[in-house]
Amino acid sequence: MARRPNLGAASYVLVVGLLAALALLILVGPVLVVLATSLTDSRAIRFPPQGLSLRWYELLLDTVRSRPIHRAAGNTLQVAALAAGLATLLGTAAAIGISTLRGRLGRLMDAFFLSPLVLPGLAFGLAALVYFTLLRLRPSLELLVIGHFIVITPFVLRTVGASMSQLDPALPEASRSLGAGPWRTFRRVTLPLIAPGIAAGGFLAFMASVDNVPVSLFLSSARTDMLPIRMWGMMESTLDVRVAAVSGLLILAAFLLMLVMERLTGLTRRIRG
Amino acid sequence: MRLAWGLVAPLGLAYAAFFLAPLLILGVVSFYQDEAMTEFGTAQWRRFLLDQFHWKVIGDTLLLGLKTVAATLLLGLPLALVYRAASARWQRVLLFIVVMPLLTSVVVRTFAWIVILGREGLVNRLVLDLGLAAEPLRLLQTELGLVISLTQIEMPLLLLPVLAVMVRIDPNVLDASASLGASRWRTLFRVILPLAAPGIAAGCALVFASATTAFISQSVIGGSRLVYLPAMIWQQAMVVAHWPFAATAAISLLLSVSAVIAVIATAGRIAAGRVEAPTHG
Repeated sequence: MARRPNLGAASYVLVVGLLAALALLILVGPVLVVLATSLTDSRAIRFPPQGLSLRWYELLLDTVRSRPIHRAAGNTLQVAALAAGLATLLGTAAAIGISTLRGRLGRLMDAFFLSPLVLPGLAFGLAALVYFTLLRLRPSLELLVIGHFIVITPFVLRTVGASMSQLDPALPEASRSLGAGPWRTFRRVTLPLIAPGIAAGGFLAFMASVDNVPVSLFLSSARTDMLPIRMWGMMESTLDVRVAAVSGLLILAAFLLMLVMERLTGLTRRIRG
Repeated sequence: MRLAWGLVAPLGLAYAAFFLAPLLILGVVSFYQDEAMTEFGTAQWRRFLLDQFHWKVIGDTLLLGLKTVAATLLLGLPLALVYRAASARWQRVLLFIVVMPLLTSVVVRTFAWIVILGREGLVNRLVLDLGLAAEPLRLLQTELGLVISLTQIEMPLLLLPVLAVMVRIDPNVLDASASLGASRWRTLFRVILPLAAPGIAAGCALVFASATTAFISQSVIGGSRLVYLPAMIWQQAMVVAHWPFAATAAISLLLSVSAVIAVIATAGRIAAGRVEAPTHG
């Protein structure tokens, strides 16, 4: 390709290289800015931070003064664990079922179950609130679990669906021809092979629930406050520096979990597809 | 076959009860005449559609989504091209960098941009220190600031499907294009982009859907002077407590976003059909 180094090739390398570098900067920069800001010693959010200290982390961990934040974080983790568990269970079953449905019908079911990904989340959030209220149900963590479950299940379907399509059909057949029943074949052959896909999907679903705004915006209440909604409140009112500390902890947790999941399941390649 | 349906049924029933039913009810609620929801009629739809202000809000919301899609494409596609050409080791590093922001909360990423774009933020610090301006620039509460922020917030959604198609492009096809005398730009526009079109279309759809519904980023970075549909829906539902009108606005958001996504999907199919080199796989 480099036989004729000319203006065209040089301009290509220059333009693509510069834009890609800018893309990397814009992807990574903000994360580093948040981490640096959370270590500030001042009461105002400024960049670069003035003086280094852990005072905002200390205030954040104070069980008395940061109680509402702790409660919101507890609710968020509880809802995420339950919703991701439900999504993993039903999502895995459905993905396995869909993989055996060939043709148009399978594709249709797949598109239906994945539709929450491209549907405006806010419209579904409002729909869920209206629906539950007309059913005379009061806001509760259970309703948040159901709402989150709907919007996070597509992540499980995608990763498990991909694992199923990469599964060599000869393996379960071999197992059956050697006399193993369907259940035994599933447990000893299919399940171990798709387990990394299930784990990656469950993890993504969990993270998506922790991160969810559009559903929580409508279904959470003062009693069932959720962390992203509380952080929004803290940003809107006084720009509390504790937002930076919460953000720092969330970034750190995501980073560590990602490293672990990358080791266990090859997470990033599964997300890429 | 029976077993397959048995496995799909639990999720299917859950989606019917908690996904389809709520959306249908939302549609019904939009046809209540009044706030107290006593009689049916088209009053809310007339009120919504006959007011020019609402059309402006719909237009601004869709435009915000399209601007974000354009900006993520401008930066994301070059990064994807670098990724395609990188060694396996660098591909792993780049993929990690792309996925990382996706797993840090949207609220955290929104907060980051307040620190960067604020009056005493990083950008203004640089601008003032370099003497590029005498006064701090106003970046928060402007559409420009919002589009810049959404570009970072949504870029991973574009990149993941694009990277997935990029690694499947057969390098031999590109070599063939080059040895037939095509410049790198020509190869990019006539071979790589058409081959990557399905992934690009999928990524654009995800970015568009997410940017148009990004309530917290829109309200915190855009401020109260920039009105988009999500803020209007939230305001009507939670502050004014006017459900029929909120439902009308929500369904308008749903329909207009779906229409644009259908256009994006069609454009992707047309572009994919225009490849000039033999396709692979």
